[in-house]
Amino acid sequence: MDKPVIELIEVNKQYNGEQALSDISLRVADGEFLSLLGPSGCGKTTLLRLIGGFESCTSGTLLLDGMPVEGIPPEKRAVNTVFQNYALFPHMSVFDNVAFGLRMARKAQDEINGLVAQALKRVQLTGRERRRPSELSGGQQQRVAIARAIVNQPRVLLLDEPLSALDHRLRKQMQRELKRLQRTLNISFILVTHDQDEAFAMSDRVVVMQGGHIEQIGTPMEIYEEPVNLYVADFVGDINVLDGVIEQQSGPQTFAAMVEGAQVSLRSKRNVTPGQRVHVLLRPEDFRLELEQDVAKSRDLFASFHQAKLKGTVQRLYYQGATYDVEVTLEDGKTVQVTEFFDEDSEDLSFKPGDKVILGWYEGWEVVLPYEK
Amino acid sequence: MKNSSRFRQLLIGSTYTWMVVLALIPYLILFIASFLLPGDDQLVQSGLSFSNYQHLISPAVFSMARSSILLAGVAALLCLLVGYPFAYILAQSSAKVQPLMLLLVMIPFWTNSLIRTYALVMMLKANGVINQVLMALGLIEMPLQLMYTQTAVFIGLVYTLLPFMILPLYAALKAVDPRLVEAGRDLGANWLNTFFRITVPLTTPGIIAGCMLVFLPALGMFYVADVLGGARSMLLGNYIRDQFLIYRNIPMGAAASVTMTVAMGLMLLLYFFASKRLNREAMQ
Repeated sequence: MDKPVIELIEVNKQYNGEQALSDISLRVADGEFLSLLGPSGCGKTTLLRLIGGFESCTSGTLLLDGMPVEGIPPEKRAVNTVFQNYALFPHMSVFDNVAFGLRMARKAQDEINGLVAQALKRVQLTGRERRRPSELSGGQQQRVAIARAIVNQPRVLLLDEPLSALDHRLRKQMQRELKRLQRTLNISFILVTHDQDEAFAMSDRVVVMQGGHIEQIGTPMEIYEEPVNLYVADFVGDINVLDGVIEQQSGPQTFAAMVEGAQVSLRSKRNVTPGQRVHVLLRPEDFRLELEQDVAKSRDLFASFHQAKLKGTVQRLYYQGATYDVEVTLEDGKTVQVTEFFDEDSEDLSFKPGDKVILGWYEGWEVVLPYEK
Repeated sequence: MKNSSRFRQLLIGSTYTWMVVLALIPYLILFIASFLLPGDDQLVQSGLSFSNYQHLISPAVFSMARSSILLAGVAALLCLLVGYPFAYILAQSSAKVQPLMLLLVMIPFWTNSLIRTYALVMMLKANGVINQVLMALGLIEMPLQLMYTQTAVFIGLVYTLLPFMILPLYAALKAVDPRLVEAGRDLGANWLNTFFRITVPLTTPGIIAGCMLVFLPALGMFYVADVLGGARSMLLGNYIRDQFLIYRNIPMGAAASVTMTVAMGLMLLLYFFASKRLNREAMQ
């Protein structure tokens, strides 16, 4: 990242003695789509308001295009916000809402007309210029809010849970449109959301936050496949947490370990030492599941489970449409969720409650973390 | 259950009784009296007549109406200029301070306004509190002539009616979504632009309500002008009082009263429809 458009250096924010943000350091590249992901109260909205100029840092530095912006009010920052619930001016028409920023910048009327028309075209609202916000649907109001912000050609667009008020179908559609818009405009977007799917679908990078801290920054794939701790792993999608102990190093980045009572082979880039307690994280779709009797019969199948052979019993099946989830109780009593695709050769589900099964995973798909709990 | 509903009936019933006996019936009597003529030995004499209303159409009454409307209008404007900043600060201040400030606004309500007007005399007269303080501070050598001036009348009207301006403005300002103000700032508007393009338009219903609540009572508040202004110019209120108390022409006073009430009612009606439209527009 050669020239970040926004840079935060050890930013802290306190509200009435409570730490809302602690030691936030973050760089946002020009033209990047970044998401701040976390539960409510994690500080993501505070961070956005800090960048927008509605809050000031208690300590630390915030740079916009390399310039410190501490003390510069929101109206003087080349940053625009799409507010949660849109905050459209109810006493103004769609045109006047979108033209507001241009008028404040004292643009000529001709230029304003052209830019507003262009912005409304981008969000597909041409022809609604004279309407009041109250006469528009939720999705249309959302588009006005976006047009009102992008018409000013900001360096960074801040989006505060912009899609949370829309229904599922509209949300999916707006996610694609926002991504398309961000590509064509080539300005940085910072999106605040508590929805992992939304963050993953749109972002170049995701910042996972909790309790005012940044837990992890990475591409959606890194966050999903290489979570740095249990919190991140658990927040982004379903996860199975197996407990184990490292027994010895058996090769480069390869370890023999005892996990949930079974002898397994683990891969990890982390420095783990023999005797160390670890968590082994596996997504439901990372597991392989076979009937115990099938594995016993087939030498090939048996060999392919050489890395891990956990024994368990199928408890329940959950039909999910394209997939189905299998709930398996391991021999030591721990319950795990396994996602299986339908077998194309048979219409029946391959498993039924009570089946004795062997559980393994594809080599290297496991994430090994130091023991936390 | 039964007791509480009976209690409610009693409460509502007594309110209605109060309104009927002390407001509606007297008003009906006034209304009827306005079509009668004054008698020589009785208060009124029988016989239907519109002459009272005809008498109202006279240059003298028009001139009184004009000065009353001017006085009330200026009072409303002054209240708006004083009340809006106060209500704005009130709405912005912390949740702890707000009730206290509201209480300070409300306290004068608990004292009769005529008594408060006389209390103002104590402040404004030549050897009153204001002059004594100013002289003690050495700011003036001679007492200022405050009493019996137009200024004193406006001080009295603004002092008496300011709460009626502040309360609706406060309610309107509290209802403005703070995010709209933030959105204005975000889009490059400085404080002044945000205030005049967002806050003021969104509080228009409150501004109109406050102005009506000041303007209408100010039209009839003859005693403030009397006590503080020395009754220099005749106002509609003075005229009505004089008809009743000095000239004993009850039908004439009644006709003037009814006319003024109808005019105020029309203004309220206008306000009602205007605010309904504004509220509909402000709805999101």
